[in-house]
Amino acid sequence: MSDQIVIHPLYAKLLEKFPESVVMDERQGFSGIVVQAITLLEVVKELRDNLGYDYLSSVTAVDDFPEERLEVIYHLFKSIGGAPVEIKVFLEREEPVVPSLTPMYPGAELQEREVWDLYGIRFDDHPDLRRILLWEGFEGFPLRKDWKEPLYEEDTKPFKSRWPEGKGERKELLNPYKDNVQYPREFDPNTLSGDVDQAMYKSLEYSDDPNSRVLQTDQMVVNIGPQHPSTHGVFRMTVVMEGETIVNLKPVVGYLHRNHEKIGERNTWLQNMPYTDRLDYLAPMSNNFGYAITVEKLMGIVPTERAEYIRVMMAELTRIASHTMTTGFLLNDLGAYFTPALYALEERELILDIFEEVAGSRMMVNYFRFGGVVRDVSPEVLKKIRHLVYNRLPRKIDELDKYISANEIVRIRCEGVGVLTADDAIAFSTTGPNLRASGVPYDVRRADPYSIYESLDFDVCTRDHGDVFDRYRVRIDEIHQSIRILKQVLDRIPEGPIMAGKPQYVAKVPAGEAYGRVEGPRGELGFYVVSDGKPNPKRYHVRAPSFINLTSLAQMCKGAKVADAVTILGAVDIVLGEVDR
Amino acid sequence: MAEIDLNNPEIDVPAELKQQIAVTTLDRIYNWSRSNSLWPMMFGLACCAIEMICTAASRYDLSRFGMEVMRPSPRQADVMIVSGTVTKKMVPQIVRLYNQMSEPKYVIAMGACASGGGPFKEGYNVVPGVDKFIPVDVYVAGCPPTPQALLHGLIILQKKIEGEHIPDTRWYKKCVVEAIPIPILGPDIIDPRHFELIKEETHKPLPVVEEVVEGGETA
Amino acid sequence: MNGIGIIKGLLITLKHFFDTYIFDFGRKQKNLTPDDKRGMVNSSGLFTIQYPEEVLAASEEFRVIPFLVYETAENGDHKYRCTSCGICAKVCPTQCIFITRKKDAETGKPIPSPEEFYIDTDKCMNCGFCAEYCPFDAIKMNHDFELATYVRGDTHIYNKEMLGKPVEYYAKIRPVNYALEVAEKAEKAEKATAA
Repeated sequence: MSDQIVIHPLYAKLLEKFPESVVMDERQGFSGIVVQAITLLEVVKELRDNLGYDYLSSVTAVDDFPEERLEVIYHLFKSIGGAPVEIKVFLEREEPVVPSLTPMYPGAELQEREVWDLYGIRFDDHPDLRRILLWEGFEGFPLRKDWKEPLYEEDTKPFKSRWPEGKGERKELLNPYKDNVQYPREFDPNTLSGDVDQAMYKSLEYSDDPNSRVLQTDQMVVNIGPQHPSTHGVFRMTVVMEGETIVNLKPVVGYLHRNHEKIGERNTWLQNMPYTDRLDYLAPMSNNFGYAITVEKLMGIVPTERAEYIRVMMAELTRIASHTMTTGFLLNDLGAYFTPALYALEERELILDIFEEVAGSRMMVNYFRFGGVVRDVSPEVLKKIRHLVYNRLPRKIDELDKYISANEIVRIRCEGVGVLTADDAIAFSTTGPNLRASGVPYDVRRADPYSIYESLDFDVCTRDHGDVFDRYRVRIDEIHQSIRILKQVLDRIPEGPIMAGKPQYVAKVPAGEAYGRVEGPRGELGFYVVSDGKPNPKRYHVRAPSFINLTSLAQMCKGAKVADAVTILGAVDIVLGEVDR
Repeated sequence: MAEIDLNNPEIDVPAELKQQIAVTTLDRIYNWSRSNSLWPMMFGLACCAIEMICTAASRYDLSRFGMEVMRPSPRQADVMIVSGTVTKKMVPQIVRLYNQMSEPKYVIAMGACASGGGPFKEGYNVVPGVDKFIPVDVYVAGCPPTPQALLHGLIILQKKIEGEHIPDTRWYKKCVVEAIPIPILGPDIIDPRHFELIKEETHKPLPVVEEVVEGGETA
Repeated sequence: MNGIGIIKGLLITLKHFFDTYIFDFGRKQKNLTPDDKRGMVNSSGLFTIQYPEEVLAASEEFRVIPFLVYETAENGDHKYRCTSCGICAKVCPTQCIFITRKKDAETGKPIPSPEEFYIDTDKCMNCGFCAEYCPFDAIKMNHDFELATYVRGDTHIYNKEMLGKPVEYYAKIRPVNYALEVAEKAEKAEKATAA
């Protein structure tokens, strides 16, 4: 399947233009081009300016341990749709340095910081290269294969200590500190300053020069979060203000960094499925979907037809549940304390009831398997979904629309606030409703169709102003489109098996790599997996839409009032489980 | 129902007066009033926070228990629902919030993560249970616990409060309840209470340490 | 005119208030299905389920912590279906299942039965893989969510006795699955006798 990604004419063009520094990646199961670090900028510039690859989707790295090599991997797309071009840079493990793409694609900023944080790859000319998910002063680069966590047992699951001689004991009790910690040798805690935010405050670059200011007051640094009612979790932003106006803003994340990728590389392929539920916990079905299609790409299996319909049905239900909740909480952030959110949550509860019936759990569904889904949807449940889709949801969504969209306070607070132009939105790698609200009709379901979306009839909703109100409107429009999709799916769903082949708990995944992406409620959710033929992934990376959407937050907030920053953040719609992973 | 709860069973109140009069003890009326006006802190960490929001929303409705007033400020909150994975980066803030809460204060560890690390326990940035740092009153199992499970946990907490005895509770005693030292972020999370132990362990002679490491791996 | 939108919104809130009474009034006259209850798909207005007096019915597939199925012998012994094959321990994503295989006291050969069986409920993520891949239908997901406790200690590591539940309990909480299972077994037995 991975052969399909290869766009030979394009790579041929690049090979011709840069004969000395570009080669094809010729490993079995791999694709893309390998570029030397020194010519990376030239190649990318050619791709962006002359070949139309204006959208940088994902930046990540792979550790080839025990080989002395690190790879940096870029996925670039055209904002008009189509398959990606994949660029790799091979680096030495000692002191790896690669030029930063942030000046060219501002959307790379947070992703490059993440790679620096977890792999220790330095990006030259990066404007603000600091640790992002962990804190300054953390010992080691945790995603390197030779780095071991304090509760390390074995490289891969299943652990041998569980069977046949398993003793029910807590692993942390074997640690000398009775806790999940480890310290370097000769470490003396008394020498510690404990100030981990110094570099962050330094990077805020606010000026002391009174002539540059409008107001005759000092600029002020305010921390919002990590415990704040309107940061949607444990998100923190540090805001430099002049009076009430935001001069600069830095998102500070990592307060929910649960080591998803490190754990994912210890897990077997199947064991990652329930973990993906906990990424974007407002849209677990979409996460399952993304992971399932990525691994299926590698395995070369195709799910059965009925399974495809069930998958799409569940993904669209999730989208409705997630968008209603976002809308409700956007109003919360505006100060309409809880009433709209309560109405939105009622509809979400009914959708969660359906998830509980088909998958067994309200939120952590764990419903998809490679080649299908775990359980069939019974006729009674289908009837319930039909009832919801035809009778209740359209009525309720219209009601939501009616009492929010016309509300004068909502309009004053939202219109013209947090504007992001189309060019900026693409440059910042924004995805999902945020991108479409800026007028870019980019939806993975249409741009790079997966599953059965090609055969379904729906519109890509866009709006033109790129402000908070348009983001809200796009979400309401998308709910209507999802209902439209659901109606088609319910009418056409065929009978038949729900799994291709027999259910197996050991997935046989051949060596190779795959990048799969789906349009989740928050945008392009990508999974990049690398297999070396073993039962566990060698690399498991999540391209989290809400993490990357945060890159443009500072751009949107500059010049706005501090109360609007909360609204803008609410409209960007982040889920911390996905931001921090 | 509340009147019956309040009445001291040893004192017989005539049936016709039961709706109007309750003879009770100070402990009982004090605990009764406290347990029915618990204000949780509006503070979400991870997935469980969404279920906590659902619990507060219309279908499960915390206000039936007098808990609808979710306060974002720790000063005004009685109960802290630790709803989600406690990471090392977040734990200094959680301890700080706990210290800032005024007494009497209670902590509910909601879900597997807050109770004991949960599915992410083996991760390098995860604290295996919030009770490593702050005392926990009620553990609610589940990943995530459904809103009904959280309500059950809150009812259990109410029961605990109703069983309290004023002279015995730690915050009414003469001695000062000391604040919990705030963990420090260093090469890893450092609990200030373990300073000596850390110094001792990291300065152990090298060969011994190697043996310990090997032993730990094979165990 | 300014303010119309706000008034419209407030009217909708008011409508929700009256809906409660209209819904109650209408409910008395027709046959009630589960969907007509409060907090269900046909309800309007008040949406609350009065837990703990009234519990939202768990669907068949609902899952919390796993339990081990045993059959009760005539003398009252618990015969666990588990053969300690270890598939659940291998497939468990959080590796929270610990099994010690029983061994014959004299020969030291393994016996297909668990000596000890632990589940660390502080790690369990309720994913249901163990029940899904168990070839002997020996481990199933429980519906009981009322598990809040005051202390953690070792009580959160469930041992075999705490995990064990009679087969009748399983039949009660998962009737459809149980019926399927019985039918499958009967079919197998029939085939065996035919051969």
